[in-house]
Amino acid sequence: MIQAILVFNNHGKPRLVRFYQRFPEEIQQQIVRETFHLVLKRDDNICNFLEGGSLIGGSDYKLIYRHYATLYFVFCVDSSESELGILDLIQVFVETLDKCFENVCELDLIFHMDKCNCWVIDEASRRKKWEAQRHQQVHYILQEVVMGGMVLETNMNEIVAQIEAQNRLEKSEGGLSAAPARAVSAVKNINLPEIPRNINIGDLNIKVPNLSQFV
Amino acid sequence: MALKMVKGSIDRMFDKNLQDLVRGIRNHKEDEAKYISQCIDEIKQELKQDNIAVKANAVCKLTYLQMLGYDISWAAFNIIEVMSASKFTFKRIGYLAASQSFHEGTDVIMLTTNQIRKDLSSPSQYDTGVALTGLSCFVTPDLARDLANDIMTLMSHTKPYIRKKAVLIMYKVFLKYPESLRPAFPRLKEKLEDPDPGVQSAAVNVICELARRNPKNYLSLAPLFFKLMTSSTNNWVLIKIIKLFGALTPLEPRLGKKLIEPLTNLIHSVGAGRGAERAVFAVLISLSSGMPNHSASIQVRPARAGASPPLKYLGLLAMSKILKTHPKSVQSHKDLILQCLDDKDESIRLRALDLLYGMVSKKNLMEIVKKLMTHVDKAEGTTYRDELLTKIIDICSQSNYQYITNFEWYISILVELTRLEGTRHGHLIAAQMLDVAIRVKAIRKFAVSQMSSLLDSAHLLASSTQRNGICEVLYAAAWICGEFSEHLQEPHHTLEAMLRPKVTTLPGHIQAVYVQNVVKLYASILQQKEQAGEAEGAQAVTQLMVDRLPQFVQSADLEVQERASCILQLVKHIQKLQAKDVPVAEEVSALFAGELNPVAPKAQKKVPVPEGLDLDAWINEPLSDSESEDERPRAVFHEEEQRRPKHRPSEADEEELARRREARKQEQANNPFYIKSSPSPQKRYQDTPGVEHIPVVQIDLSVPLKVPGLPMSDQYVKLEEERRHQQKLEKDKRRKKRKEKEKKGKRRHGSLPTESDEDIAPAQQVDIVTEEMPENALPSDEDDKDPNDPYRALDIDLDKPLADSEKLPIQKHRNAETSKSPEKEDVPVAEKKSKKPKKKEKKHKEKGRDKEKKKEKEKKAADLDFWLSTTPPPAPAPAPVPSTEEAGVNPVTASKDECEDTKTEAQGEEDGAEGQEQDKKSPKPRKKKHKKEKEERTKGKKSKKQPPGSEEAAGEAAREPVQNGAPEEEPLPPESSYSLLAENSYIKMTCDVRGSLQEDSQVTVAIVLENRSNSVLKGMELSVLDSLNARMARPQGSSVHDGVPVPFQLPPGVSNEAQFVFTIQSVVTAQKLKGTLSFIAKNDEGATQEKLDFRLHFSCSSYLVTTPCYSDAFAKLLESGDLSMSSVKVDGIQLSFQNLLAKICFHHHFSVVERVDSCASMYSRSIQGHHVCLLVKKGENSVSVDGKCSDPTLLSNLLEEMKATLAKC
Repeated sequence: MIQAILVFNNHGKPRLVRFYQRFPEEIQQQIVRETFHLVLKRDDNICNFLEGGSLIGGSDYKLIYRHYATLYFVFCVDSSESELGILDLIQVFVETLDKCFENVCELDLIFHMDKCNCWVIDEASRRKKWEAQRHQQVHYILQEVVMGGMVLETNMNEIVAQIEAQNRLEKSEGGLSAAPARAVSAVKNINLPEIPRNINIGDLNIKVPNLSQFV
Repeated sequence: MALKMVKGSIDRMFDKNLQDLVRGIRNHKEDEAKYISQCIDEIKQELKQDNIAVKANAVCKLTYLQMLGYDISWAAFNIIEVMSASKFTFKRIGYLAASQSFHEGTDVIMLTTNQIRKDLSSPSQYDTGVALTGLSCFVTPDLARDLANDIMTLMSHTKPYIRKKAVLIMYKVFLKYPESLRPAFPRLKEKLEDPDPGVQSAAVNVICELARRNPKNYLSLAPLFFKLMTSSTNNWVLIKIIKLFGALTPLEPRLGKKLIEPLTNLIHSVGAGRGAERAVFAVLISLSSGMPNHSASIQVRPARAGASPPLKYLGLLAMSKILKTHPKSVQSHKDLILQCLDDKDESIRLRALDLLYGMVSKKNLMEIVKKLMTHVDKAEGTTYRDELLTKIIDICSQSNYQYITNFEWYISILVELTRLEGTRHGHLIAAQMLDVAIRVKAIRKFAVSQMSSLLDSAHLLASSTQRNGICEVLYAAAWICGEFSEHLQEPHHTLEAMLRPKVTTLPGHIQAVYVQNVVKLYASILQQKEQAGEAEGAQAVTQLMVDRLPQFVQSADLEVQERASCILQLVKHIQKLQAKDVPVAEEVSALFAGELNPVAPKAQKKVPVPEGLDLDAWINEPLSDSESEDERPRAVFHEEEQRRPKHRPSEADEEELARRREARKQEQANNPFYIKSSPSPQKRYQDTPGVEHIPVVQIDLSVPLKVPGLPMSDQYVKLEEERRHQQKLEKDKRRKKRKEKEKKGKRRHGSLPTESDEDIAPAQQVDIVTEEMPENALPSDEDDKDPNDPYRALDIDLDKPLADSEKLPIQKHRNAETSKSPEKEDVPVAEKKSKKPKKKEKKHKEKGRDKEKKKEKEKKAADLDFWLSTTPPPAPAPAPVPSTEEAGVNPVTASKDECEDTKTEAQGEEDGAEGQEQDKKSPKPRKKKHKKEKEERTKGKKSKKQPPGSEEAAGEAAREPVQNGAPEEEPLPPESSYSLLAENSYIKMTCDVRGSLQEDSQVTVAIVLENRSNSVLKGMELSVLDSLNARMARPQGSSVHDGVPVPFQLPPGVSNEAQFVFTIQSVVTAQKLKGTLSFIAKNDEGATQEKLDFRLHFSCSSYLVTTPCYSDAFAKLLESGDLSMSSVKVDGIQLSFQNLLAKICFHHHFSVVERVDSCASMYSRSIQGHHVCLLVKKGENSVSVDGKCSDPTLLSNLLEEMKATLAKC
């Protein structure tokens, strides 16, 4: 079983956090941070396995990771998974991401190191793309690879085909991007005077984690 | 004006999508938290809108915020709203958010059951897929129970995409709802042979996960997996299967032999390609630890030498697996492993350390530990150093200190370890010190001297105390010095050391031990002084105590304070006595007379419960149910015991056990504190005689054993070498003498130094006192199991035929089930179905069916034996592996067909097994019979692979009625809710009408179509003439006159269920709809177009949905008074009241609210929300039913229907 899949960049900013075992949000952040520090201090040319120890679950669990240019892909798995099998799986996942994001280079550069320069120039805009548009998309792709902690599909063509079919389906429905426009018209029709009163009532129950975590 | 501004801001507000949010967060680096909380406010506004698109957008943003660590559980309800949107776009967003944030504690999760069920049965495969994916992340026991049957059905879905997801999610369902495993397992097994590789891989995945925990239950699948392994090309599947075999081989050694050949083939075929993959398999092979290891270790070593770090790591990992079974072959690689300790990669170092643990022997222990000690000094990170420390202790203490020949050396190692800065394993060292000092009597003197010097230099340890745990060793040191104070050289000096003011800075529990042991020390000093006649000296010591103890009395720690003040008073009293010249030493030391024996951690558990004592019975009724958590004492002793490895060589184990038991008996015989049944001479504290037969060589030491001051363990290594050398010389000398006496040849042979571990005699008289166990403790191994292990529940025998009670709850009847027993109905249908194949098989199965079931399990085992016992013939040429396997099963047969057959048999299929039995009985006419049999078998197979509907029905059929409203009185007769719709020579239709709660005014008609002909039925289409009141739901875009296609085809003899939805305008009256089923029957002669007319009857009862109702709510409902009333009475009823209620519950979808004697109130609700309340009374031979309902027409119609049902009884 896979316990968790974490993707973060070289600065430890999470790009994808997927736990298959319940942890409260603060603990999740803590695990991401600790994992980041663990893999960060490892050279690129030493082995890709780390015994996670106290991090998740205990001694039965291992961290298996790959480092691609700006991104770390970390899988936390138990002893029923084969180490090299998971390494291959990460590769499949990353290649699938690359295939699905036709025009994006954040992942392009992983496979075409020669384009590195253009990437540096364009970094800021690309990062935004990864985070915003892709955040959901990456999750959807991951869902086709791993389901509930179990490996669902390892055949890249099959994964890509399913993702594309779903995206087509979404497109035929008009997609989410059309939503805000519709929303605006919806709002324009509602009774205005009632709105402002509610707008600034903050809910005191919202939990805002300590900012220092993210620095 | 203000209004305009507000409106403008709203426009902007809703413009914000996820991308804007991300951009916003980026632009607000300084006040991110504030910005985000502002965003969350906006999101809350958006969630309040009716527009689902706005909500979806908001949930989308929340998912992103969740990743950043914000709790979004408050939005759980909104997430469910988005999940239930009809559009896939929104649904997907909703399910993603749910899978990220829902968990078992989410209270609204129970609201999702119906939504998920609806999505699971959605016509769009992606709706179903997204629901399955989401569910896999947040499935709870309740969801698992309610949806298990739906998911089971999906395992036979037409789309492989759904099948593989359904198969995979079953594992999660099993975990949460273990009862589902047995009913679902046959189908899961079927999926191992699914045509789609993805589904196959999913099934392998699930079974491997299951088998990892309880391998023995899956042993019978070995032949099947063997076949998969030799035929599959998917690496992922191969890896999983080989891992599975790794778990199975220890249980079935013959399997190992069988595996060698295909695995070697595999390596060679893959090895040609990528080096990495070659290694993968090499490593995996070694995991199959049952097999002879030659090939394995040969493969692993090159992998490790090849410098690629991941492979090096895996090589080491594999070696640790081999080590368990073939320690010798790994020990030869010691050099390499020690080298790996110097690797710059921490993962590799840790792995190497792990290996060392298994490699030590008496001979090399000191050397290895010495090497580790140098690493301890060098190690930079504390984690790695701590790991080293625990490993050293583990290595030394394993198997009851089996490998330690010199305990002085071990004590000095421990003392050296105390000098480590900042380790958190102080308590571990302390536990070891205590354990060794208590259990090895010979070492006490040495230990005490070491401990006293430790106490002396306590300030060194204590300086860094508060930060780390190393000061824990002072706990041990103080205790040892106190308890064994008779061995102290300078007790007075140690006493002073323990009374230093600095001590008060130590943690409380250590101070407490100090105080206690100060007194012990004091007592022994007093004794010495008095014996020596130094009254002044004795008084001086007392004075010292009186002076120093007050510092402990002021301690903030209660334990310390209490002990100190108690002891202070005691000492003051002694002082008074001393002043009067009364000898006190005897009495003071009597306080601490006796010896403490180590008690085994499990001793308490092993005390047998005396007869007649019921521990579960209450002595007094409990006051409240507040239970205290299991308290775990801070174990000083337990730690070490638990860490001990579970795998010990078994022969040594038994010997050891026997010896220990013997020793323990002796020990107990000598222990005055043991209450024994038989009187025995009580001796006090003599050396235990139980150790006599431990080989102990008393030697004259030419070198002084004791090393002054804090010793360096290195010195011991040298000493040890010399000692051993001497021993060897002595032995040789003795041997020579003997030889000379005997004056016989073979001198060369004799003089060969046989230096095995056993020859090395321990330096001290090692008498390891075994831990105490209660007298008649039962030796049991069960205590290793953790009762809380979630996987334990899945330890289920899968070969046993399914009992009738083991069926999955089926969706729509669930509510009914909780109230009354409606599930039994499907028996007739199921029976008819199961009869079909039987007839075809010339009825020969019918007779012995029950017997067969019983035998089945044995047969399976026999099959496995059969499969395993035949050794594959020495393949003359590198023949393709599958064929060797088949030949192995039945070497005589050569024809391909035959092979196919035997394979089926080997898989233990019911029919196959039977066929095989016949074969065995009459091997001669086999060839003639062969063809016939094959036919039978294929038929049998087909009948087995009946599609979901029928199995579901069969499932329902066998269900035992579950009573809720009343205690179970008698078994209820089986019934079916499926009624005959129409039939002809081709097809038979039975149907059931179910109301659906999710959609108002909709009913689902489930029609079971059974093919009775021998042609394939396809192109089935159902057309129904709509009435004003009832209308069939058709796919979008089709007109009223179009038929609805049935989504499957029917091969001969097969049945399946199709569901159709109807919308009902008014539910108050029953009605009938005319319809036609058209289909194409195709057989060898050709295809014909056929049709079958039917009349679909919607009774009023079918509009009712079983809804549980609490009695208070029920009472309120009746009180409200807006229900009209009506009643019926039926005479001549013989049925028991309970069965009667069950019938009403079942046929009319009611649930029992309350039942008193022969009177019951019942409740149900129509799909349009009409309440129906019933009062059923049974008189002699008659039943009266009073009903109240919000609609009088509905009520009277219902009662008429009910009357008809009851009249049939």
